Amino acid sequence: MIEGALWRKWVYFYVPLILFLIFLLFPFYWMMITTFRPDGELYRPWNAWNYTPFWTWNPTWAHIEYLFRETIFGTWLWNTMFIATISTMISLVCGVFAGYALSRLKFPFAGGLGTGIFVTYLVPQTLLFIPLADIIRDYRLGDTPWALILTYPTFLIPFCTWLMMGYFKAIPKELEECARIDGASRWKAMIYIILPVAVPGILSAGIFAFTLSWNVFIYALVFLSSPQEKTVPVGVVSELIRGDVFFWGPLMAGALLGSIPVAVVYSFFVEHYVSGLTGSVKG
Amino acid sequence: MAQVSIRQVNKKYDDFHAVKDVNLEIHDKEFLVLVGPSGCGKTTTLRMVAGLESITSGEILIGNTVVNELPPMDRDIAMVFQNYALYPHMSVFDNMAFGLKMRKFDKAEIAQRVKDAADILGIEQLLARKPRQLSGGQRQRVALGRAIVRHPQVFLFDEPLSNLDAKLRVQMRVELKKLHNRLGTTAIYVTHDQVEAMTLGDRVVVMKDGWVQQVGDPLELYNAPANRFVAGFIGSPAMNFAAVAVSERDGALWAENSGMRIKVPAAIAARMNSHRGRNATLGIRPEDIHLATPADPSDVCFDAVVEVVEQLGSEVLLDIKVGSDTMAAAVEPTLRAKIQEQLRLALNPARLHFFDAETETAI
Amino acid sequence: MATYATTAVVTPRPRYRVLEDERWLAMALLLPTIVLLAMFIAYPFVKGILLSVTNTRVGVPGEFVGLANFYKIWNDSIFRSAVYNTFVYTGVTTVFKLGLGLWLALLLNRNFRGKTFTRAFILLPFIIPTVLSTFAWKWMFDPTFSVLNWMFWKLGLISSRINWLGDPDLAMLSVIIVNIWRGVPFFAISLLAGLQTINPDLHEAAAIDGAPPLKRFIYITWPLLLPVTMVVVLFSVIQTFADFQLVYVLTEGGPANSTHLFATYAYNLGIRTGLLSEGAAISLAMFPVLFLVVIFQLLYIRRVETR
Repeated sequence: MIEGALWRKWVYFYVPLILFLIFLLFPFYWMMITTFRPDGELYRPWNAWNYTPFWTWNPTWAHIEYLFRETIFGTWLWNTMFIATISTMISLVCGVFAGYALSRLKFPFAGGLGTGIFVTYLVPQTLLFIPLADIIRDYRLGDTPWALILTYPTFLIPFCTWLMMGYFKAIPKELEECARIDGASRWKAMIYIILPVAVPGILSAGIFAFTLSWNVFIYALVFLSSPQEKTVPVGVVSELIRGDVFFWGPLMAGALLGSIPVAVVYSFFVEHYVSGLTGSVKG
Repeated sequence: MAQVSIRQVNKKYDDFHAVKDVNLEIHDKEFLVLVGPSGCGKTTTLRMVAGLESITSGEILIGNTVVNELPPMDRDIAMVFQNYALYPHMSVFDNMAFGLKMRKFDKAEIAQRVKDAADILGIEQLLARKPRQLSGGQRQRVALGRAIVRHPQVFLFDEPLSNLDAKLRVQMRVELKKLHNRLGTTAIYVTHDQVEAMTLGDRVVVMKDGWVQQVGDPLELYNAPANRFVAGFIGSPAMNFAAVAVSERDGALWAENSGMRIKVPAAIAARMNSHRGRNATLGIRPEDIHLATPADPSDVCFDAVVEVVEQLGSEVLLDIKVGSDTMAAAVEPTLRAKIQEQLRLALNPARLHFFDAETETAI
Repeated sequence: MATYATTAVVTPRPRYRVLEDERWLAMALLLPTIVLLAMFIAYPFVKGILLSVTNTRVGVPGEFVGLANFYKIWNDSIFRSAVYNTFVYTGVTTVFKLGLGLWLALLLNRNFRGKTFTRAFILLPFIIPTVLSTFAWKWMFDPTFSVLNWMFWKLGLISSRINWLGDPDLAMLSVIIVNIWRGVPFFAISLLAGLQTINPDLHEAAAIDGAPPLKRFIYITWPLLLPVTMVVVLFSVIQTFADFQLVYVLTEGGPANSTHLFATYAYNLGIRTGLLSEGAAISLAMFPVLFLVVIFQLLYIRRVETR
């Protein structure tokens, strides 16, 4: 890199970077500190003399206890985890197969199908949720996890397919040809040779799909009604707000604890997530 | 008997006719080389033998079996690729064992075969490593090992040495030759390097634009090229070509242009008769040109101006201007030539080639 | 020379392995995907169109009414303001996300200690479920307890409270801020990847040639970054245009319908009020715009690639 004076480095680099980091991470800090702040301190107006925003000297578990006692937060966590995991697995299987077929096999309508799958990615959930609600009800899937497990893949699969296509294209076709000469059928060549080599891509697609599943809201909101079926985002919205009254302590506790599983899984796969994100963008 | 017959085989991709009417009979235990510039169809032909490309028309037989409809795995062949195609996630042992595993050989047999192949190639100590831990030469050997363990009827090589550095390439060439002598398996080898073709092949097939130009053993191609392309392709430095007019004078045929007047030797005068009064192309290899001595008759001598001098130690390569043509001459290393110096050179009349000016076939 | 084999020539009839045929294997591999996408995207899409041309309500099947619903929503002032809001929302946020994301990407493009950690943390706003992080913002925006108000007050910039979400003018601004917050990481990381594919030799050559940093950026970095930028912008525009969660949590479209987007209004009308057909019509109204955006981007990308 082209070097400059030290103060230049601070002004042009460190200061903006730190500002960005504060901007991006402060809400999480706020989430965390609100969770552990007792109600007395919490509900202090901002222009009160004793407003101490950045730290609390009396941390408490009360909100977290409330969360687990008065709501079925644990159930929601389990639901969300379950639905996200199954959807991710379904989407991965479909995406890997579809990506392989589209990138390495020749067959009629290949181009059309590829474009078709790409196009579905552009039909957002908010366009489909009303008719889908009807369809879900007709199939008798309303208010069950299956309503989500079957619909989440609709936006996860196109992305996984696209991502896997990129990874598959980078695998030289000689590997497959060699395997076929060695005696493997196309199917076996795919399973024994191509898939193991594409594992980084599969992990990337998987972690991306997993985080996207946790983020779904409108489908969960519209298709589920009973509290014990709800996912974390929906549950937090519907059960921690009574009319106009927001239970901010437990709400933030719910937000914090609801974020932690995703963040933990993400932290194990950061590199894969980033390469998945950038891989999809570089086409 | 593992002979391979390629009969009237054609390959078309939509409009592009890549391989045209190729007919080859490859004998059992023969090492046949397909050589030619990129795009000549040699790799496509190899891939059709392998089953990786479909055959548009014609037949290919391996042994006595017509293999047109058989998938690669049923043809009893093994292939070595240019970039080795080693399975990166498997150890060397597993790489070599993969084909046998797919055919459901038992473990003991697999272990034995892999060990044998590893011993032949000198890679026994690499069996536990992964491909990324190996050097280029080692990877090439593993690729060879993978082909050997299968005991196939035919080996197919697709430019296997192109990715190695020059020194390694020479080394591996020798090893391949030794390997072939030892194993005796029929082999079809594709390369664009005519040196590899000449040194490795029992017979060499020169291809261009999808057509077979000539089939023969290396010396045949060197001494008696069938057309101008083969003449210019085989041999390094390449043969010199000059446009000449053929005329009769004093009862003999002469080939002349602005720079030289060469008498057509009696041995080939009969063939050249049909070209009397017409144009032709004269071909002479640089190594067949030498400094004129008093012993050389004047009808094989010509004058030239030196343009570039390349001192190789074993010989001197001169870029010379003969009339309006530029040629190369490989002369004795003791010559001290200077640029712009005029030299009198002579060619070896027994090594003259003539080609028809339009069809480019040898006369 | 060419003596053909005199022993019997065998032409085997190959065992027809279905899966060896590329076409059958491809069909088999694509089948689950096609089924799922057909059932849960194609079918609802068609049904949505059908819904929008009838007058269905919850529990009450409707009859065909042609384009009546579309006329109705077009004459609905709330819908019109939702359209306007959505365009403003999408336009403003995209510009800022691109600008700030690019800046951040340029900052991250250097090597410094803790770079990997920083990169991982920066993605958090994008990873964490939107609803949950939006609640944190809502709490930060609360007029009585807002930490932002406190900060501005301490800095001497204000003397009375800022009603971030209660004031119709400010509410849009607040929503935009949160969207930018959420989107900057995505832009930054993607653009960073794009930056890293640019050969550093180009910059050095330009520097030696005498180009100052800004010129280097304009003439070298930006053009090479354009393909990645267009793809990222495409994704982001589609997501933002169809956004629901953020506005739903922060304002539910209020105050006084000043922050409604297509999606939130469709939800209100279709699900909350039960006017399914009109809700469907509103949702579908998004489609032409999305379609045009996609076509435009694809054409642009094709033009860039073939240059």
